[in-house]
Amino acid sequence: MSDEARKFLYVNRKAPHGSIYALESLEVVLIGAAFEQDVSLAFLDDGVFQIVKGQDTKGIATKNFSNTYRALGDYDVRKLYVEQESLDERGLTVDDLMELTHDTDDEDDLTSIIVVNRSEMAKIMSEQDVILSF
Amino acid sequence: MGYNFKGQDIAHDEEGYLTDLSSWNPELAEMIAKDEDIDMTDEHWEVVNFLRDYYDEYQIAPAIRVLTKALKKTMGPEKASNKYLYELFPYGPAKQACKIAGLPKPTGCV
Repeated sequence: MSDEARKFLYVNRKAPHGSIYALESLEVVLIGAAFEQDVSLAFLDDGVFQIVKGQDTKGIATKNFSNTYRALGDYDVRKLYVEQESLDERGLTVDDLMELTHDTDDEDDLTSIIVVNRSEMAKIMSEQDVILSF
Repeated sequence: MGYNFKGQDIAHDEEGYLTDLSSWNPELAEMIAKDEDIDMTDEHWEVVNFLRDYYDEYQIAPAIRVLTKALKKTMGPEKASNKYLYELFPYGPAKQACKIAGLPKPTGCV
């Protein structure tokens, strides 16, 4: 293993509460973040619903883990790529998403959300060492 | 499995973490701490209360690295070292303090 951090991208494509994928992905991200790799997340297709604000799971009696995404900044996960086309296709804009931020040594509450188009997303994927799909 | 608290049986898992988060109360915390050979001081409560607040806001118990970083912000650098936390909770701050705080075992904590 080289000392250099490897680039990990976690790709999230599924809606948050109908299956276990979103929560499992988030847990793996939080565990993986402890190993000081270069971690980023991608949200595309129905995966963009994972970070929509105002989620309420009372009616389906499951844990509302959406607030946990707001802790990602504490875990030094600072790059959350969201695909523009996926938002458009679902009638969403960046204003429908939670405010997900991180702090640096110099500044607090910098946004972690980076909206990219489909071809930019492809480029980001091609630059990774490891891609994990959920 | 459960804690015998004032004649009530409060369920916990095989490692002593509460099964139902809402069954927690400060007196029960003192009792769990005693089982862990910890006398709860104000410093212990500071960490336990911090963990409960963090869980309330983010729905997870923070990893130790996150805990020290966050404590630094709220309570100053002298209380934000691993050493300080291990003095309070010798068997692992995240693990032991979470148990006393009535939270699940932290994600990524083996």
